[in-house]
Amino acid sequence: MTQASLRPAVSGTVPEGADTPHPARFPRKRRRNPNVQRSANEAVGVSRWVMLGILAFLAIYSAGPLWWLIVASTKSKEELYTTNGMWFGEFSLLDTLSDLFTYQDGIFARWLWNTVVYATLGSVGLTLVALAAGYAIAKYRYLGRGFTMGLIIGSFLIPGTLMIVPSFVLFTQMGIYDTIWAMILPGMFGSFSVYLAKVYAEGAVPSELMEAARIDGAGEYRIFFSLGLRLMTTAGATIFLLHFVASWNTFMWPLVFLKGADKWPVMLGLYSWLERGTDSQYDLTGLVITGSLVSTIPMIVLMIAMQRYWRSGVTMGSLK
Amino acid sequence: MTATIQAATKRRRSPRGNTTRKKNSGGMDGPALRARSGWRVKQDLKGASLSLPFLLGFALFTLVPVAMALKESVFATKTSGLGFGKATSTFVGFDNFAEALADTSFWAGMFRVFIYAIIVVPLGQLVSLAMALVLDGVRRRVAARFRIVLLLPYMVPGLVATMVWIFLYSPVVGPLSDFLQVFGVQVNFFAGNTIWSSIGNLAIWGGIGFNMLIMYGSLQSIPHEIFEAARIDGAGELRIAMDIKVPFLRGSLVLTSLLAIIGTLQIFNEPLLFRAVTPETITKDFTPAMMIYNQAFQVGNINYATALSIVLGVVVGIVSTIIYRFTNRIES
Repeated sequence: MTQASLRPAVSGTVPEGADTPHPARFPRKRRRNPNVQRSANEAVGVSRWVMLGILAFLAIYSAGPLWWLIVASTKSKEELYTTNGMWFGEFSLLDTLSDLFTYQDGIFARWLWNTVVYATLGSVGLTLVALAAGYAIAKYRYLGRGFTMGLIIGSFLIPGTLMIVPSFVLFTQMGIYDTIWAMILPGMFGSFSVYLAKVYAEGAVPSELMEAARIDGAGEYRIFFSLGLRLMTTAGATIFLLHFVASWNTFMWPLVFLKGADKWPVMLGLYSWLERGTDSQYDLTGLVITGSLVSTIPMIVLMIAMQRYWRSGVTMGSLK
Repeated sequence: MTATIQAATKRRRSPRGNTTRKKNSGGMDGPALRARSGWRVKQDLKGASLSLPFLLGFALFTLVPVAMALKESVFATKTSGLGFGKATSTFVGFDNFAEALADTSFWAGMFRVFIYAIIVVPLGQLVSLAMALVLDGVRRRVAARFRIVLLLPYMVPGLVATMVWIFLYSPVVGPLSDFLQVFGVQVNFFAGNTIWSSIGNLAIWGGIGFNMLIMYGSLQSIPHEIFEAARIDGAGELRIAMDIKVPFLRGSLVLTSLLAIIGTLQIFNEPLLFRAVTPETITKDFTPAMMIYNQAFQVGNINYATALSIVLGVVVGIVSTIIYRFTNRIES
């Protein structure tokens, strides 16, 4: 895929707000658009009801498991086994929550906190590193620029599983095995984020503006930090969000690189509870269920609130 | 030292800078130009240094591990004495790879995920395609409302999704067994012959939102005049969907399938979690990735695990290339 074919995609993904044009500025367009949409694209009559039926079925399929998760989280341990799975029994969410946060001296809160720390630090680092690198590749001509781009694209082809074992050897030698650095550092140098930043910088940072700043006497670093970074805020938010979500969900990496339970992120903790199951004297099923819900809610809230960012990220990802 | 390097680079770079600049500076030359282009080069180098943090990190955390993988795979660790002595690394050439190629449990796992991938990935694509087409066919306001519901699975962390489905399948806490019992159907979701369908359903559930989003996005970009013209020619909605929309989506379909197959060949999390509840069905070598994990971190045979990783990487690479070639031919 050439750069030329990518460029229009970016201009299409970046101003997501264009979906809903400002009424005062584009009155005619706004009035006409829904009509065109309706007459041209919408099915009528029987097929409309068939479509709504299919949609309803798909919606139940998509949301059903989450519904079960919510319902099950409100139930006490006994009721989990005795009542109808899809409907509420006696509402004891507060009890299950207090069980969740007090079991093993409240280790679940510790796991949540670890996850937030790893995700935040790693994502901030990644975003800065990626914006700087993407900006440099997009806006400057220098020896090795093409080579860097080649490395970035080439690294897309390396399967993630291949990295695990040699990284383990490397981290042990470096002495960062079983430390939080094993969680934060490696994620900070994601080549896909650099690629995203580079494509964005090409469209969003005008060279004329940089030239003007130079004439005003600003140095290159100053231009990047006070001009480039600001113009690339949208790309930064996208990169941050995508990585934040990914590190919230990551599982294999901490499974390999973290030994002590006090350093685990929440997903690994939940897995350890699931693995122990009911073998110990304490039935952990209820805790796993409530813990799953608690650790999912921040993701759903975040992703709904920041839809435009991850959607532009997904569209970009699809161009890879 | 650095100054000399910089000066050298400057000198090397300046001719190229001159030629490009000559065009727009219209015949200006002499010392003035040389000074200006030296300035440019300095600017560019300063700008380039912004990519240094990435390059250093990328070299350390991507290139070094890849190089180490290649190195580790041609060595073997032997412990002297009764396993208590010091471990020594000896060069064994391609022995690890020969062992990997002859390892039946590794290839059995590979065969398992391959069969699984060629069934589940197209099935998931079909569901996502149906979803996108239906969503595209209803009124915009309805679509917006449903879209967020249909995207919910995409927002659920993969591990939580797996756990939720494990519980749903569970005959003790899950409602699915009871529900199917109403129709007189008795299913053990964790049995050897159904486990892949159980994992497949979970994978489809987790993936349709993402795929639908990409396809729906492409559908929205089809110019509406085409539909208008087709309707005037007497085409029905189904005909329009099959003959205009689906062909238009081919690019997105290829892409999402490719990503899905690459991911599926490396499947690890889902079977590992299922193993927690049904260790007798899911062995420790159930998928190639699980076998690598087991060899490296349970058995402790890092060298062999690395060789297996490289073999898996090569298989993934070959499969991607074949799919890419194949779909490109169809398109042209």
